[in-house]
Amino acid sequence: MLIVVALWFAVTQVWHLISPGRFPSPLDVYKAAVQIGTPPGYAGTTLVHHVVISLELVFFGFLVAVASGVPLGLGMGLDRRFEAFVNPVFLAIRPIPPLAWIPLAVVWFGLGIQAKIFVVWFAAFVPALINTYTGVRTVDRTLIDAARVHGASRYRVIRDVVIPAALPHIFTGLRLSLQASWTTLIAAELVGAVAGIGHVLIVASLDIYPGMILYGMAWVALLGAAMTIVLGRLERAAMPWLR
Amino acid sequence: MRSRDIPYSVAGIVLFVGAWSLLAASGRINPIILPGPGDVLRTFADLTQHRFAGYTIQVHLASSLLRFLYGFVLAAVIGVPLGLAMGWFRWLDYVVSPLFEAVRFVAPIAWVPFAALWFGTGIGGPVLIIFAGAFPPCLINAYRGARYVDRNLIEAAQTLGATDIRIIFQVLLPASAPSIVAGLRVSAGLGWQSLIGAELIVVSAGIGYLMVQGQSNLNTAAVMSGMIAIGITGIAIDVALRTLERFVARGRT
Repeated sequence: MLIVVALWFAVTQVWHLISPGRFPSPLDVYKAAVQIGTPPGYAGTTLVHHVVISLELVFFGFLVAVASGVPLGLGMGLDRRFEAFVNPVFLAIRPIPPLAWIPLAVVWFGLGIQAKIFVVWFAAFVPALINTYTGVRTVDRTLIDAARVHGASRYRVIRDVVIPAALPHIFTGLRLSLQASWTTLIAAELVGAVAGIGHVLIVASLDIYPGMILYGMAWVALLGAAMTIVLGRLERAAMPWLR
Repeated sequence: MRSRDIPYSVAGIVLFVGAWSLLAASGRINPIILPGPGDVLRTFADLTQHRFAGYTIQVHLASSLLRFLYGFVLAAVIGVPLGLAMGWFRWLDYVVSPLFEAVRFVAPIAWVPFAALWFGTGIGGPVLIIFAGAFPPCLINAYRGARYVDRNLIEAAQTLGATDIRIIFQVLLPASAPSIVAGLRVSAGLGWQSLIGAELIVVSAGIGYLMVQGQSNLNTAAVMSGMIAIGITGIAIDVALRTLERFVARGRT
């Protein structure tokens, strides 16, 4: 890792092998970091504000997707008729990548936050639903039958047997959902936004400002990694019996 | 699916298409915003005959596929050998892994600004983005495949006096093939998605470009036609690789 940073510094700053217009030196990135970190910031506002806006949109879209995808997946896993009812439409829509919904979302909702929440919702909805469904379907039948024999109501079977048993799958789905939402949001912000990390990237690109591009990309990676870690913690907290 | 569930499936489709048609025909929503299913199909047929955004839809699709192939093949040709080598030589693993982990979390789409900066609107930009999307699964699965090869097999080959090269080609590669092919399938899916993202932003032909043009001309039916074409192509790519997967699995036994 250290070798790479040293090499980077040498190639860009000392030997000037790569033109600064193509790839920034560490110093350029530092300058960009200072510029966007202090008011008036860059691309409209400071970094903190851009990050907050992007995170808000991701969480909102993600939560709506979880709130709709997980119950629908549960329903499809529990009831064959409901599955048969929903599945064909779902199968027809699923192969369309979330990014391909962006132009449609822009026509429907304009460039505001609704369009972004819509595409983020769609990106997160599909994995949340599929994995919940898989989770419910792979619950050990013996467990359900045992609970039934002991007189548990249908509601109690779902709450105390099916959901806990399906949780590992559900969390896998949530992790995929979250990653998909983040990628999709960045794409949506690249297409059109007034603030947010993706907006920073596109403005930096138009300004030919490599230092800022690299700094923005670093934040995309950092926030993506941070979200995955937080969800991992949540997963362990939700399933103490797996520890 | 059981045959007595089919009525429910039919009901689901009818309800979906019916609600869509009714909503479009009711006149409460501007047909520019929401064309009916019939309109979309008609537009799709029309796009195969007449040029839109410079070309017919087949030509757009062909240029998208070509870009996809460049990026995907590049990712496979670099990612698979590198992953195998990382699984085989520990020192390479230690050198590449930290760098790879750092870059992996950058969403492929976030490469768009650099793609534009380095390649302009040429073919290099989208290829870079597809590569960024398709590369990680190639590398990770080849690496895992090589790491989890049964040690006994390798040691047996060594005992019998096989050279490193022979072990790599006759033990390591066949043993990790299923994992590699699974990785290729994931990476094809991600690459195809990234391509659409790239074309929305930095390209002058291709199916994503057609959709952007449809969007800015408020031709929603064209946008939807583009989505259909993308979906069908995505399925076709997945089916092709799934066939390869089965083929490899059969060759193993």
